[in-house]
Amino acid sequence: MKELALKNLYDDFRDGKTLQAYAKIIAEDAAKLDRTINIMEVCGGHTHSIMKFGLPQLMPENINFIHGPGCPVCIMPKERIDHAYVLAMQPDVILVTLGDMIKVPGSNGSLQDARAKGADVRFVYSPMECLKIAQENPEKKVIFFAIGFETTTPMTAVLIDQVIKQGVENILFHINHVTVPEVMKELIDSRDVHVDSYNNKIDAFLGPSHVSVIAGSKIYEQFPRDYGRPVVVSGFEPVDVMEGISMIVKQFMQNRCELEIQYKRVVTHEGNLNAQRLINTYFDKVSLFRWRGLGNVPESGLKLKDAYAKYDAEVVYKDVLPLAEIEDHKLCICGDILRGMAKPPECTIFGTACKPTTPIGSCMVSSEGACAAYYKYGNLL
Amino acid sequence: MNKTITIAHGNGGEENNELIKNIFYKHFKNDILERSEDAAVLQVAGEVAMTTDSFTVSPLFFPGGDIGKLAVCGTCNDLAMMGAKPKFLTCSVIIEEGFSTRELEKIVRSMKKELEVNGAVVVSGDTKVVPKGSVDKLFINTTGIGEIEQKGISSHNLQEGMSILVSRDVGAHGATIFAAREGITLESTLQTDCASLYPQVKALIDADIDIVAMRDATRGGVAAVLNEWAKASSVCVEIEEEKIPVQEEVKGICEMLGFEAVNLANEGTFVLAVAKADEVKALEVLQQTHESATLIGTVTHQHDGKVILNSSWGTKRFLDLPTGELLPRIC
Repeated sequence: MKELALKNLYDDFRDGKTLQAYAKIIAEDAAKLDRTINIMEVCGGHTHSIMKFGLPQLMPENINFIHGPGCPVCIMPKERIDHAYVLAMQPDVILVTLGDMIKVPGSNGSLQDARAKGADVRFVYSPMECLKIAQENPEKKVIFFAIGFETTTPMTAVLIDQVIKQGVENILFHINHVTVPEVMKELIDSRDVHVDSYNNKIDAFLGPSHVSVIAGSKIYEQFPRDYGRPVVVSGFEPVDVMEGISMIVKQFMQNRCELEIQYKRVVTHEGNLNAQRLINTYFDKVSLFRWRGLGNVPESGLKLKDAYAKYDAEVVYKDVLPLAEIEDHKLCICGDILRGMAKPPECTIFGTACKPTTPIGSCMVSSEGACAAYYKYGNLL
Repeated sequence: MNKTITIAHGNGGEENNELIKNIFYKHFKNDILERSEDAAVLQVAGEVAMTTDSFTVSPLFFPGGDIGKLAVCGTCNDLAMMGAKPKFLTCSVIIEEGFSTRELEKIVRSMKKELEVNGAVVVSGDTKVVPKGSVDKLFINTTGIGEIEQKGISSHNLQEGMSILVSRDVGAHGATIFAAREGITLESTLQTDCASLYPQVKALIDADIDIVAMRDATRGGVAAVLNEWAKASSVCVEIEEEKIPVQEEVKGICEMLGFEAVNLANEGTFVLAVAKADEVKALEVLQQTHESATLIGTVTHQHDGKVILNSSWGTKRFLDLPTGELLPRIC
């Protein structure tokens, strides 16, 4: 058997001719529709791919992208970023988190600022690195500030599992894991008062494949069934996204409303049952999780089960963590952007007061937010 | 000598002299340095270029190089990029107490080796030792002077129709450092591109190529150079994305961590702008050193001050300057 090189995993999925062929099919199919189809890509990874590869430029006029709330850094409300900052500034704490979480400004500054003031803040690629850090620093408390959707939750669960099994005494967790289907429901069916969300324009969803690798495609069954919105679970390479869009357009053309999987090479209906079991062992759903730009969303977040409260930094450090909710700037229209009511350039502070270096709203915060992607890759249409 | 550097080695007394003599003088040996005057006295001909740079890298030793090689290449390359032959360097080091003497000598030895490639010498230096925790192991500053061999190279000179080339595949240094960093467990056989560029510049000058602009794509990568040029010359630089040469392993690391190779640092890769008429000859010269040297784009006026990436499927996007710390993506 020929050895599988890393490039096999993406090369063919960025082929120019294949992309153009899909563009042609989508245009021909869309021409037969007498309406506009607004497709929400839920995940920030998709937004990033769509903008980086210029896919809106390949779409006919009546196929429109709505950029969803699926970027774990963007949706973190400021008060939780303040938690990270406060924890990092505690004596004898090493605060560990993932990627660009360390850049996001809270009300006192970002974790980078905390680091500049002498706090020990580290980013890791894999949460398992915490074990090594804890071992090398037995006199310190290592707090893992856990963020992410279904994709990163299993890694946190594995870390907790190991912490308990190995009897590690100096690792704590601050859990900010959130779930995709609940926020999708919220976008269609909101009960939050500060945005007029019954007016959402979402006609169909492009579901992120990596979420379904863990949680299965089953989590989306309710959307075609109960909400009349087709869902196609799609990969992240441009050819995957184009095929996913084409599948959605065909559903509208043929008057179907179904859950389909484009990313058949990995995604199954049931997902990774071991990972799901591990998550259910350690986590409960919280009744409300506040999303930056969207407000409170029922059952959309996770927390450590009460039985593991001694590992929960929110419990252990509850006396020092601030409680007040912090709203975004009044001019920020991230809520409307996330519901497809507006595009980033329509915001009066986009690119002026609100930039990747000084983000004001959630969508500018991480490179996977819609505003950041528009700012970075521009709109050359 | 002690196995480790102590505060006493920076005290200006006996131990200090011992360190200078047994490590720096021993390897940098030349008449000007060994006169040990307060300042070096230099003979230069014609116009000179001068530059300075400080070096800090973690880890200090990485596949294909170390901080010493970096400290000489970095400064010599900045001179070479202005069409100058690197001649004289200074070398200041700030050492953290407790640093290994053997490692220091290894670093100085690799500086010496790289000086030879450039035909340059260290003529002045300084050593400071600071208490543990005041610096991260070792910082090096080098300042260099070079004699201009081709005048008029400037990032302000780009004009419509000119050609943009890269001297080799891009992003190898940044990807190597990332893979070697703590907190990211990645195995790879990647090596940094860290190398002295003067020999390639000399080859271009010897081939009578009129170099319009030239810059080594260090921090910020090729993207930063192109953006600086587009702004400085008020032109648009249009790049054909699929022509940008990137090693498979670099691509792989970028895919995993969510980076773009054009944003990654290089330490032996430069971007060159020449008139269309010089394009073929310049490419031939560059390919004698690295087969991966490629023509990647042209100068236009489509969107002045901006860099545009054209895809092979007919879409366009801006290539912007990277902002902030490069951090791996989350999922």
